Amino acid sequence: MTAGTVTPYRPGEQAGRDGFAQVLHAEWTKFRTVRGWVIGTVVAALVTAGIGLLAAGTTTSSCQSTSGSSGGPTRTGSACAAAAFPVGPGGVPVDDSFYFVRQPLTGNGSITVQVTSFTGLLPPANPNIQSGPNGPADTRPGLVPWAKAGLIIKNGTSQGSAYAAMMVTADHGVRMQDNYTNDTAGQPGAVSPASPRWLRLTRSGDTITGYDSADGTHWTQVGTVHLAGLSSTVQAGLFATSPAYTVVSQGFGGGSNGSSLPSQATAVFDHVSRSGTWPGGTWTGDYIGAGDASGIGGYHQAGGRFTVTGSGDIAPVIAGSGNEGDPDSTLTDYLAGTFAGLIAVIVVATMFITAEYRRGLIRITLTASPRRGRVLAAKALVIGSVTFVAGLVAAAAAVIFGAQLSRHKGTYVFPASWATELRVIAGTAALLAVAAVLALALGTVLRRSAAAVALVIVVIVLPYIMGVASVLPASASEWLLRITPAAAFAILQAAPQYPQVTAVYTPTSGYLPLAPWAGLAVLCAYAALALSLAVVLLRRRDA
Amino acid sequence: MSQALHAGQPGLSVVRRVKVAGMRDALHAEWTKLRTMSGPAWLLAGLIVLTVAVSAAATAAVRCPAGTACSVDTTKLSLTGIEFGQAVVAILAVLAISGEYSTGMIRLTLTAMPRRSAVLAAKAVLVAGLVLAVGAIAVGGSVLAGRIILPGHGFTAARGFPLESLADGPTLRAAAGSVLYLALIALLSLGIATVVRDSAVAVGVVLGLLYLSPIIISVVAGDPVWSHRLERYAPMSAGLTIQDTTGLRGLPISPWGGLGVLAAWAAGALLTGGLMLRWRDA
Repeated sequence: MTAGTVTPYRPGEQAGRDGFAQVLHAEWTKFRTVRGWVIGTVVAALVTAGIGLLAAGTTTSSCQSTSGSSGGPTRTGSACAAAAFPVGPGGVPVDDSFYFVRQPLTGNGSITVQVTSFTGLLPPANPNIQSGPNGPADTRPGLVPWAKAGLIIKNGTSQGSAYAAMMVTADHGVRMQDNYTNDTAGQPGAVSPASPRWLRLTRSGDTITGYDSADGTHWTQVGTVHLAGLSSTVQAGLFATSPAYTVVSQGFGGGSNGSSLPSQATAVFDHVSRSGTWPGGTWTGDYIGAGDASGIGGYHQAGGRFTVTGSGDIAPVIAGSGNEGDPDSTLTDYLAGTFAGLIAVIVVATMFITAEYRRGLIRITLTASPRRGRVLAAKALVIGSVTFVAGLVAAAAAVIFGAQLSRHKGTYVFPASWATELRVIAGTAALLAVAAVLALALGTVLRRSAAAVALVIVVIVLPYIMGVASVLPASASEWLLRITPAAAFAILQAAPQYPQVTAVYTPTSGYLPLAPWAGLAVLCAYAALALSLAVVLLRRRDA
Repeated sequence: MSQALHAGQPGLSVVRRVKVAGMRDALHAEWTKLRTMSGPAWLLAGLIVLTVAVSAAATAAVRCPAGTACSVDTTKLSLTGIEFGQAVVAILAVLAISGEYSTGMIRLTLTAMPRRSAVLAAKAVLVAGLVLAVGAIAVGGSVLAGRIILPGHGFTAARGFPLESLADGPTLRAAAGSVLYLALIALLSLGIATVVRDSAVAVGVVLGLLYLSPIIISVVAGDPVWSHRLERYAPMSAGLTIQDTTGLRGLPISPWGGLGVLAAWAAGALLTGGLMLRWRDA
């Protein structure tokens, strides 16, 4: 009988009930059984996917397919020509237009040249006072920073084919570039008759090696590239090209705007020497991609000296360069609903803790599991995981169906690698999850739902709006998008920035200043800080 | 009560008592509630500080370097803080009604004042009045900050940027309109909060309605019809056109027309809220 009075004390079971798994289970039960929170999470997923699809559905292109019942990317008419970019070996859309003085090269071999001069013509500084057609009166001497000329070995003359090139540039010294997206620096400094540059390209099988030299005797290897599937006979020779001159105007009320006008570059080559089998025997001048470069270019041979003029670019296309009425879109566009989903997630996550304070349930919760830090950790884990899963489903649906809908509508969709696609989808889910944890933490700190919801929305969404669609200059916008939680939207960025292409990489044109994961890390840091503060306050204050 | 006793007739006393709990009493009761809580005072102080601070910071971030033509709407720039301040106004207005729902006070209020529309009207008048008064200080402070900061940043009268002054017609319209904008945001928030009742959800709905429009507009920019529609009829985009003083011809909607759109939103929300308050159990 006396033993019977002892048995109700069950130490083993009590220890078990205090475990993290039990707290987690309790919090999950709370979440699952409150109808409003489940509905809120479903709403978050629906608006995240829905608004993105709405955006893809409403954006119509002027070259929308007229036959369009097949659902495929039927691009018809000349209006669509600008958006039908050639595709490079890496699957990215590319610019590939330049003047090419070439001969076929069979098997292994090499070509060496001296560049003695590099000059060019720029469009007028103020395009509004342009008086006539592109005559000498309108233009002024000068080079755009990434004007380039040199040696190139290319797998045929079709646009988008594989290549490797050694070149001089206007402002970025000697470079070795290959397959549009890769860029390696060689000797710095500009070319002039007083300081010429020597360039050499050597082919051995699929491997092409680039060298540069200041005097033609002491050579430095700049890089080695492997071009997969290079045919035995390739086109090799001299090239010149010059990207469009971009005027970046500081537009207030709309951020920075860029307008582009064609420019041209002229290079003088001397001491052309070759080794290997060159079956052609004579040089041929060709405009690669003449359709887009208004035919500026040509070459002139006098003895061993070649003067080559070209306009265009050999580089990846920058997303957002499509003109109005013929829009292009990236995966990021389909995720515009993330902002709406975010607001729903913030509301649910805040209520996950503030509802306990309002109803007094927090006292029972903390009595049942007195280790308060654990309770908050369990709540963060539950709300973070639920949000992550909902966000993952929504983002995947938005990206996959958005791209299909856009193509159906005749909009050019910038291709993205599967790694980018995966990062954007998982990143959206992670952004929502971390924002939910931040909202939970601030809800714990403030205890009041209205103030906490407004605070989290204001710190995450408002800096983005201020940075992307406001009167602030680009520098202030970039600063805002670096240090506020809005930096996390960088994770949605699908279009990469290429340092070797001049473009307006400002928040207004869709380029956030931080790298994708760095941006998300900023939000994580805020969430961690808020969560630590919440744990400290939860422990110190009476519930 | 004492009046009813004096009347002596039980039938009349009912009529009298309804009369007693009229609009003036509703206003007095709501004013007492607002006055005796610490929340509203803090929020109103926050409205001033946040609006002026953000306006000053945005103005300080913009410079017009010598020798360049700057096409900046300095008045709109110096009123940037309104975009932040409206969040505080939303909290204040939402709490005016959903605070009562969360504590159950609403039942007491509606028992004391059975004319439910009068309760909502009293809340609307008081919240809007408070926001008008405090918003005027916040907007005045923002304009003053612009007046102090702008000349030092290259926006001088010699270059076509006269000193910010409320004596200037368009500036006065932008400033007074911004105060009205805040009051209309308060009414919109009050209406929405009456419909959804829960403060967290109401704040989420209000801020979503306001802040999502510029993002969605930038996404559907490829479709001129849709972006134009949104710019004309989304509450924040339309309402904030009241701040524009340059390039008025290029605006999607006229400044007063834009504020009218916001007023229509606020009226619609209040009306829906009023009807819901009458029809539903508290």
